[in-house]
Amino acid sequence: MLSCRRRASLPAPGRYSGRIPEWHTETRTDIKTDINSNMWNMKQLEYGALARRANRIKDELRQGVRKPYKEVIDVFQGDLHGAGMKPLTFVRQVLAACVYPPLINSNNLPLDVRQRAQEELGRCVGGSVGSYSAAAGIPEIVHSISEFIKRRDGGIPSHPENIYISPGSQWSISNILNVLVNREASPRTGVLIPVPFYNKTVLSITQLGAVTVPYYLSEEQGWALQVDELQRALESAKGVCNPVALYVINPGNPAGYVQSQKSVQEVIRFAWEKRLFLLVDELYQDCVYGENCEFVSYKRTLSEMGPPFSGTVELASFHSVSKGFLGECGLRAGYVELVNLDPAVMKHIHTLSSKDSCTPILGQIALDLMTDPPKPGDPSYPLYKQEIEHIRAVLVHNVKRVHEVINSLPGFSCPPLEGGLFAFPRLNLTPKAIQKAKELGLQPDTFYCTRLLEEGGVFTGPGWEYGQKEGTYHIRFCIAAPQDVMEELLRRLSSFHMTFMKDFS
Amino acid sequence: MTRLNGISHRGRVLTLDSMNPNVKRVEYAVRGPIVQRAVQIEKELKEGVKKPFTEVIKANIGDAHAMGQKPITFFRQVLALCSYPALLEDSKFPEDVKKRAQRILEACGGHSIGAYSTSQGIECIRQDVARYIEKRDGGIPSNPDNIYLSTGASDAIVTILKLLVCGEGRDRTGVMISIPQYPLYSAALADLGAVQINYYLDEDNCWSLNIAELRRALNAAREHCNPRVLCIINPGNPTGQVQSRQCIEDVIRFAKEEHLFLMADEVYQDNVYAEGCQFHSFKKVLFEMGPEYSNTVEMASFHSTSKCYMGECGFRGGYMEVINLDPEVKAQLIKLVSVRLCPPVPGQALLDLVVNPPQPDEPSYATFMTERTAVLSTLAEKARLTEQIFNTVPGITCNPVQGAMYTFPCITLPQKAIDKAKELGLVPDMFYCMRLLEEDGICLVPGSGFGQREGTYHFRMTILPPTDKLKVVLQKIREFHLRFTQEFS
Repeated sequence: MLSCRRRASLPAPGRYSGRIPEWHTETRTDIKTDINSNMWNMKQLEYGALARRANRIKDELRQGVRKPYKEVIDVFQGDLHGAGMKPLTFVRQVLAACVYPPLINSNNLPLDVRQRAQEELGRCVGGSVGSYSAAAGIPEIVHSISEFIKRRDGGIPSHPENIYISPGSQWSISNILNVLVNREASPRTGVLIPVPFYNKTVLSITQLGAVTVPYYLSEEQGWALQVDELQRALESAKGVCNPVALYVINPGNPAGYVQSQKSVQEVIRFAWEKRLFLLVDELYQDCVYGENCEFVSYKRTLSEMGPPFSGTVELASFHSVSKGFLGECGLRAGYVELVNLDPAVMKHIHTLSSKDSCTPILGQIALDLMTDPPKPGDPSYPLYKQEIEHIRAVLVHNVKRVHEVINSLPGFSCPPLEGGLFAFPRLNLTPKAIQKAKELGLQPDTFYCTRLLEEGGVFTGPGWEYGQKEGTYHIRFCIAAPQDVMEELLRRLSSFHMTFMKDFS
Repeated sequence: MTRLNGISHRGRVLTLDSMNPNVKRVEYAVRGPIVQRAVQIEKELKEGVKKPFTEVIKANIGDAHAMGQKPITFFRQVLALCSYPALLEDSKFPEDVKKRAQRILEACGGHSIGAYSTSQGIECIRQDVARYIEKRDGGIPSNPDNIYLSTGASDAIVTILKLLVCGEGRDRTGVMISIPQYPLYSAALADLGAVQINYYLDEDNCWSLNIAELRRALNAAREHCNPRVLCIINPGNPTGQVQSRQCIEDVIRFAKEEHLFLMADEVYQDNVYAEGCQFHSFKKVLFEMGPEYSNTVEMASFHSTSKCYMGECGFRGGYMEVINLDPEVKAQLIKLVSVRLCPPVPGQALLDLVVNPPQPDEPSYATFMTERTAVLSTLAEKARLTEQIFNTVPGITCNPVQGAMYTFPCITLPQKAIDKAKELGLVPDMFYCMRLLEEDGICLVPGSGFGQREGTYHFRMTILPPTDKLKVVLQKIREFHLRFTQEFS
């Protein structure tokens, strides 16, 4: 029988540190960090347990079991539609007509929808969304993406052959990591990661057998990225691993910061000096709320910095249809733009992507609609504009309310959310609460989230899932929900929090 | 870093030397160099360049819709309603279509196919898949917890391999795969740095699987690796053979004796044409062999929405069923699949319809059955036609296409052609296929991309072009082969 025990590779308990057991026999040497070394091993079990509990509660509610709430507010993931936000009408109309082409002749759909569906189908082999596309994506859509990037970046050209469409951005990120991480190398490949981080990418890094090198974002400064801290992190890697890449999330997840242009330049300069490959997750580029905040892409900044940076710093930027205004997480489509990569390596990246077949065609079409949306004058434009503005207004409102409410509660604080789709407020847990958590064998913030789920019917994520300084606690929740849902969430959260703080005072 | 004119020249971080060496070993012939040349030729034709043909026929990839096969109406109607639920009010859609769409939407977060599902796949769909498997396998129970929905079958296959491949040096995991094989396997094994253990199918006996050959390959492999996995593709790709029940029992017995994890790729399970051939699922046979086997042999079987009569490659729908996996290993599997969040929800929805098609008392049933039957019978007809015509060509020998979507005939190449190929730095069957592409605009995949016995040459052609076009293609290949043989005689 296949079993975990069979593997001689599992280190003794206590020494086990941070990754999915990849069945490797080599011993694991990890960077000494403030993250509890048992976190990785325990963490998946705890997150899994919390998710299972949430599902069980949802089932019980469906069966009519009485609880202090009628439904679970699920804001655990960055899932707009799951939280009740609506898809864009234009997008869904075009997709429906592509799936069932007789709709193209239906007068019930606006003319531009029908024309667009016809155009998209014309790009599909055999005129069907059921056929494979080229591995890197439907060429016209790849081209559309390059035009979008060019427009976004003030005219700086983007080359279609540097763009690969994939089933979601995580797929792309793990493909690029796969090329970067040389399992046979000694010392092991290292990747600098922000703390707090997006856990899926970090799981990919550890699953590939690379070492994570954490750099801490400054909570006191609204989660700002500081180059000094990058330097410290790099130093800590000496003798432990060979850092080859720097992973950045801008706008942040879960921390809701938006890097200034100056900050982006500093990071690029650092990557250039220290010979690091830049992996930049820009999924939340449409989610910017802070006053005086503006999303500036790494690609644009790099290009505008001119030589020697612009022609040498290797950059992979990622985007997808999952966030922003589309929120089409379930369609699984994203892309990576690769800049300054060695052409010989690009050939291998191309072959690697070809064995993965292709990205779901509906997802690719959604990408096209995202990068080339209705324009003024198009029949669908007024509704499209209205829906976008509505989503924007909801997010801006939610962000303000979350900040107001959280900061009004004792033992709870959060900086203004400048961007992204999450709140990551800090919990000041009392020693009594921390003690109780330990007794139950849970991380303190997991304990808080579990109680919040059971008693308040709100499903959030514990901070340690995403990394945080030792001795600090946070929760993460998505702020993209209809206004009334957000108000209900804040009401339940406030009520629960006051009770919790009182119980453990 | 070197300095020149006071400016530092920074070498690249990611080079051929620093990159993951495994990635360099990855090849995937189905979308390889010959296809790239075909795409180039298509561009040239579009630009008006004159050629001896007006279109490139891409008979390289198992893509039915690309070749004109029509989608199943019922599936597309339900999926359209799932995409744009306002259509639920449209009276043009039958009631059963609306009911299905509603059921699927209710299972989605926020009632939208744009919401994430759990990483393992929407629960009620997994339940439907389990019921489908039970019905298919004569009532043998299937547990939805053992079902993992995936982004096409390829995704699930690679996931299981990621789970299984471990160890270093002599202990590195060895994975047994048939030669010829579907090159996803060799590509994945190269990428993971696993050891590929080849076992040869018997071309003289209709590509049948021989236990003695499995044993030979296994014993030889034990010298340099730790063989742990045995992959079978049934019905076969590229060879199309449908394994007999006896053969499947023998393989299961072998797997048990040698402590091998069985991977059964069954994506072509509805594509069975030859008389006397029948699809037997590995799961069914395993359980019918009794608890000594059904309680112990560890196995994963794979299926997808890309083949059979659906041909919906672009939706990337699929699943695997795992049998007898240690619960702790399953926990690791959940972690692995969670990294990519979830499989595409439209693909999950499509899979639900495939395992849960219209029933006789439902409005869409008649059309559904007509369409399904038409696709499968046309494929059967084309399978027969292909074998028939190829076998009339001196120098081409073609085994019966018992199932799947391909033919893998053996071609005899004159020595002069082999020499010419070597001169050009090409493998002989690649040289042959390139010539066919340039002269007749037909894109096939050389047998070397799938593996073959040393000194033999083949090509893989799909049987998917519409019948009339297929007849023309077969004729053209016939003429080409005679010309080619003549030229190099």
